[in-house]
Amino acid sequence: MTPQLLVNGLVAGTTIGLGAIGLSLTYSILRFANFTQGDLIAWGAYLTLTVASAIAGLLAGLAPATPLAPFSFGWTLPVALLAGMALTVLLALALDAVLFARLRARGADAIILVMAGFGASMALRAGLEFIYTSAPAYFTHELQIARPLGLGMRATPDQLLVLGLTAVLVLALHLLVTRTATGRAMRAVSENPALAAVYGLDVARVVRVTWIIGAGLACVAGVMSGLLVQIRPTMGFDLLLPLFAATILGGIGSIPGAMVGGLVIGLSEALAVQLLGAEWRAAAAFVVLVAVLILRPSGLFGRGA
Amino acid sequence: MTALTLRDFVAGYDPDLPIVKDVTLDVPEGQVLTILGPNGAGKSTLIRAVAGMVPIFSGEVRLSGRDVTRAPAHALARAGLGFVPQTENVFTRLSIRENLQIAAELLPRSARAARVAAMLAMFPDLAARPEALAGSLSGGQRQMLAAARALLSEPRVLILDEPSAGLSPKLVAQVFDSLRRIAQGGVTLVLVEQNVRAALALADRAVVLVDGRLAHDAPAAELVGNPLLGQLFLGARAA
Ligand SMILES: Nc1ncnc2c1ncn2[C@@H]1O[C@H](COP(=O)(O)OP(=O)(O)OP(=O)(O)O)[C@@H](O)[C@H]1O
Ligand SMILES: [Mg+2]
Repeated sequence: MTPQLLVNGLVAGTTIGLGAIGLSLTYSILRFANFTQGDLIAWGAYLTLTVASAIAGLLAGLAPATPLAPFSFGWTLPVALLAGMALTVLLALALDAVLFARLRARGADAIILVMAGFGASMALRAGLEFIYTSAPAYFTHELQIARPLGLGMRATPDQLLVLGLTAVLVLALHLLVTRTATGRAMRAVSENPALAAVYGLDVARVVRVTWIIGAGLACVAGVMSGLLVQIRPTMGFDLLLPLFAATILGGIGSIPGAMVGGLVIGLSEALAVQLLGAEWRAAAAFVVLVAVLILRPSGLFGRGA
Repeated sequence: MTALTLRDFVAGYDPDLPIVKDVTLDVPEGQVLTILGPNGAGKSTLIRAVAGMVPIFSGEVRLSGRDVTRAPAHALARAGLGFVPQTENVFTRLSIRENLQIAAELLPRSARAARVAAMLAMFPDLAARPEALAGSLSGGQRQMLAAARALLSEPRVLILDEPSAGLSPKLVAQVFDSLRRIAQGGVTLVLVEQNVRAALALADRAVVLVDGRLAHDAPAAELVGNPLLGQLFLGARAA
């Protein structure tokens, strides 16, 4: 064990945590386990990459794409990220309109929604492979030197940025859910949608807000992971187990819980890689998931059974 | 002006097996109407369908003359229809204040904060700890919160499902007191009650629902001590 494990685990955990927040929100408000959450992460990364390439293409020769020191990427990436988030949100809303909303309107059971989501997930993944091929893609080819942080830990500026951005996003979202009228409506709908409607809350609007937040965060998670590792069509699918483990560990419906869950899973994976070898990474999430289900099914921040 | 109109109203959970059958009813503005009837007659189903919680199969509902048969529940609430279910009528994982704030969203923005404060002032039990989760309240206090939130949102028509069920006699008296005050404010009240005596004392008019159909419709005073009421209840039970 080395202190560096902490940095690696936390950085990997940010992607899992942000994705898990979306999963947790859709679970508590739409009442089904949304298997497309992983693919929204991958689509977010690719859509952002496409916008970034388009901007770079349009500006070719006009402005050299110099990185924003000390980071590895230029200004096109943050701009493309905003556009990518908007596009990912549109994708999620379209998916809901075409698929999930229709099933909900028919009063379909959660298991039907889960299976529909599973099918949509496969289609989304196949779509990415069809459009972008399965070869990995990158936001940047700049190399970054990890800088010493003290205590034997090192991190690249990109990694630190990812940690900071995640903290800001989670805090903002936590305040939104606990302090605003929109958050209040989300919590009311998650407890009792029929009562929420009778008491004047527009449940369809709350559902839209949930997709917007979930898909927006998925895109950020995908871009972060793409920036620090690489972009692949299966990057989201590979995250599914860690996402579910983090969501359940944190307690379904809890935003800080999902984030903490993500960080714990990230750390466990880093630990497994260091102690047992890289092929054990995926097993870590599974072991944590099983342990939580046995020891504390309501999760760390859950409301009890 | 009629506040609430039902025409050939058919509703229930399964289209082949309607619970509420061909109910036609006009409730004039400001009237206090009580719906009585034996257990399982369909009283709750009727008013839940009016509020948008149970499917309507045919017929129509009008609110102040406007057809709202197909309006979603939240649109009904915004159009001035208040409904208080018998149970699960507050959000237990929200604070007392948040429950009231949700009701206040039906009011113009500028009026909201003052109305929440006024309502807390009116219910000392709730004002004692407004940040407590509604789930931590006793049964009686929850009914009080449900009543407070209904009052707060200033509905033009307020429908309540057994607001006094499960309450101590003292609390029952309190609930009927506040209902009387609401009625005096000109709100049209529709009240389903098992507490027939108290309901008739409050109401202007009573209808009796038996097996999903209106079996009787009379001024409330006429039904007080009327053996017909017992017959309707007993007859339906025996059937
Ligand atoms: N959610 C539901 N799904 C299917 N059937 C239901 C449902 N709720 C009630 N019913 C049925 O509808 C009929 C009428 O029930 P309802 O609750 O409307 O009667 P009620 O007059 O309110 O009775 P009570 O005085 O006991 O409250 C009953 O036969 C009941 O079994
Ligand atoms: Mg009932």
